[in-house]
Amino acid sequence: MFKILNQTIRTGIVTTRYPDGPSEVPSCYRGLPEFDFEKWDDARPACEACPTAAISVREAGPEREVQVDYGLCVFCGLCAGTVQNGAIRVTPDFEAAAGDRQDLIQTARYELNPDGSHRRLLSLQRGRAESDPAVERAGRKLKDKIASLYGRSLAIREVDAGSCNGCELEIHALNNPVYDIERFGIHFVASPRHADMLLVTGPVTRNMEVALKKTYAATPEPRLVVAVGACGISGGLFGRNYATVGGVDEVIPVDVYVPGCPPRPQALLQGILMAIGRAPQKSPRAGSIAG
Amino acid sequence: MFTFVEDVSRRLGHQVEGIVARHEKEIYLQLRDPDSREAISLLRTRYGGRVAAVFAEDRRADEDCFLVYHVLEFPKQPGYLLVSTRVDPRVSRLPSLSAELPALNWQEREIQDMFGIPLDGHPNPRRVALHDNWPEVYPLRKDFDLRTVLPEFEGERHVYRPALGEGVFQIPVGPVHAGIIEPGHFSFAVAGEPILYLQLRMFYTHKGTEKLFEGMPVQRAVFLAESISGDSSFSHGTAFCQAVERAGGIEVPQSAERMRSVLLELERIYNHVADIGAIATDVGFAIANAHASRLREMLFGLNEELTGNRLLRGMVCIGGVRRMWDDGQVSRLHRTLERFAVEFRQLVKMINASDSTRDRLERTGILQPEKARDLGIVGVAGRASGIDLDVRRDHPYAAYQRVNVEPPIYQTGDVFHRMQVRIDEVPASLKMIREFAGPPLTGEPCSPVPSIPAGRCALGAVEGWRGEIFHWVRVGRDNRIERCKIKDPSLNNWPALVEAVQGNIVPDFPVINKSFNLSYSGTDR
Repeated sequence: MFKILNQTIRTGIVTTRYPDGPSEVPSCYRGLPEFDFEKWDDARPACEACPTAAISVREAGPEREVQVDYGLCVFCGLCAGTVQNGAIRVTPDFEAAAGDRQDLIQTARYELNPDGSHRRLLSLQRGRAESDPAVERAGRKLKDKIASLYGRSLAIREVDAGSCNGCELEIHALNNPVYDIERFGIHFVASPRHADMLLVTGPVTRNMEVALKKTYAATPEPRLVVAVGACGISGGLFGRNYATVGGVDEVIPVDVYVPGCPPRPQALLQGILMAIGRAPQKSPRAGSIAG
Repeated sequence: MFTFVEDVSRRLGHQVEGIVARHEKEIYLQLRDPDSREAISLLRTRYGGRVAAVFAEDRRADEDCFLVYHVLEFPKQPGYLLVSTRVDPRVSRLPSLSAELPALNWQEREIQDMFGIPLDGHPNPRRVALHDNWPEVYPLRKDFDLRTVLPEFEGERHVYRPALGEGVFQIPVGPVHAGIIEPGHFSFAVAGEPILYLQLRMFYTHKGTEKLFEGMPVQRAVFLAESISGDSSFSHGTAFCQAVERAGGIEVPQSAERMRSVLLELERIYNHVADIGAIATDVGFAIANAHASRLREMLFGLNEELTGNRLLRGMVCIGGVRRMWDDGQVSRLHRTLERFAVEFRQLVKMINASDSTRDRLERTGILQPEKARDLGIVGVAGRASGIDLDVRRDHPYAAYQRVNVEPPIYQTGDVFHRMQVRIDEVPASLKMIREFAGPPLTGEPCSPVPSIPAGRCALGAVEGWRGEIFHWVRVGRDNRIERCKIKDPSLNNWPALVEAVQGNIVPDFPVINKSFNLSYSGTDR
């Protein structure tokens, strides 16, 4: 017993100071890619390189619509290798959690040169080309109100709705002495009936669809749902197929989306704290976007 | 290699259509009709062959039939023998080997589910991969579209074997579990506390992964391989790359082979230390887990240093690795592992000093060696039950021929020894990493990927931290995947859990389960 105590005392405090202090993320961490849409002279190679179609292009005559979706991004960094002028840069940033699916999407319109490269940036907008901002804002207000109820303590039920277990490893890490999520009064519980929040990983498989719906129904209201990782947000690499239905919001309403593959523990922490109004949303860094 | 193949061919006579050596270490014995029982039986009894996997492929467009492959390995002979048979479901069924080889139980049924090839003589031919309520579809047939949207499932639900008798209860658990783990359904039949019988229902996380591979460019498919089982990202990624590299005759630079080996061992260590902590937690020794999870965090930091990703993703690629390490990274690797080694020894000492922990782990969840052999158990769980298999030693890949791999083998098969195998493997892995990363790492990180002739196929095998991982790949046109079969060791090992829990009390189930720590996603795909 004395030896155990001694070893523990010798170890000292290992807990990170994030989010109050610096994030202590090493510079080699491959985080969010950052796009300089003005400088980006051709999106096609990046679109070709992206393993999850997070970068997609749509040609419309002399114009091109380029969509960048952080909700699909697996942070592989391949896109950065397709440009010579630094228009795409891999950053060590990870705080990309968003309360709105559209916040994770940027759409740029380009006028094209005859060879298909970009002549100039015509417009840059938040969200998909066809989204309706008015409806989204009303929805967000309601969420803010609910969030204030959970300011102090929070019980989370984790639901793996079909993930590869990568997100689970990082969710596990939230309970280790380094991230120690209990210091925020947040703890993981064994039943949805004891939970305020469902932390759901995906892609939601056809075999887990009913279980996820039932788990949601068993969670007392008001309840929050956080969709974790590229697969939880959009189906990720798996998308929609005969065996999956895609992202969590295809099955139950989602309050916060946490990008990553898997999101690192600090990113999960930011997303969870954001859902209960204890951390602000930091919009994706790519350019300043009017939305 | 396989000097006996000629002999086998002679004995089987007209059954044999041909013998094809695809690569130096991969021979295909092609049989004319669907029945491979005589051939397999001969190879097993006379030459000591072990059937490691069975899988199928839809070749109706090219050869007007389905091909079914049995993968065999032989003691002290590096390389694999694949026995292939032709099946045309319009006229014939696939003769089952499961009655003699229970290890093939799930794998054969998966072929039946995914290809619609009916099994002949299987002791329990019910569905396994597609749940009972699914409609009649065969997703791995070429004429089935990946994006098919299936209607609401209205079929009958799975019927579990009832547990009858006075005072006998059934405890249903899952698919949503109490802990932060993957989904699956367990049905325990109990009399008081002891477990009489456990029934498993897996494939809740079936994501159509093998189908998704089809048509994908080989480079992009590496990312999918890394997402088969999160804690084995690097092993699965490497097994896939090795298969494609063999198919395409791509030589991996020697430094890249050593870097891959370093990362494969790092993956083993970070999982082993986490499991040792988790086993301690499940018997109430939480402080040991606090230290173990801190150590895993130390390794995650190192993973990030070396690959930019905590789970080692985005590093392996077809032909080698994405980038070389600079001197700073290599010295951080050595420094971190030195520190880790000291702390790991302290952790083991702490656990060994606790008599109550040992008391809970010894004689708990025993998997007898003969059961393990019948069920075809591999990896950590196999080594704790006397199964002396290790792909690193038996079929060296990457840089493993440079080192001495001596897997720890125990005969007891209880939770304690499954933990002991892990405890033994960690220092062995640390030693290997020092040898791999010792000489300077120079040269190109990867070889270019040529155009691979359509139709080439090959097997990639890796000893993941759980055990033997296979990826069998056929490359189609334009360097796109035609078929990718994935075999995670969990697919072999789940039935072992059923054996190991029998007679144990329900409160010991979590620690027994943890001592196997099998992948649901790797099984379900």
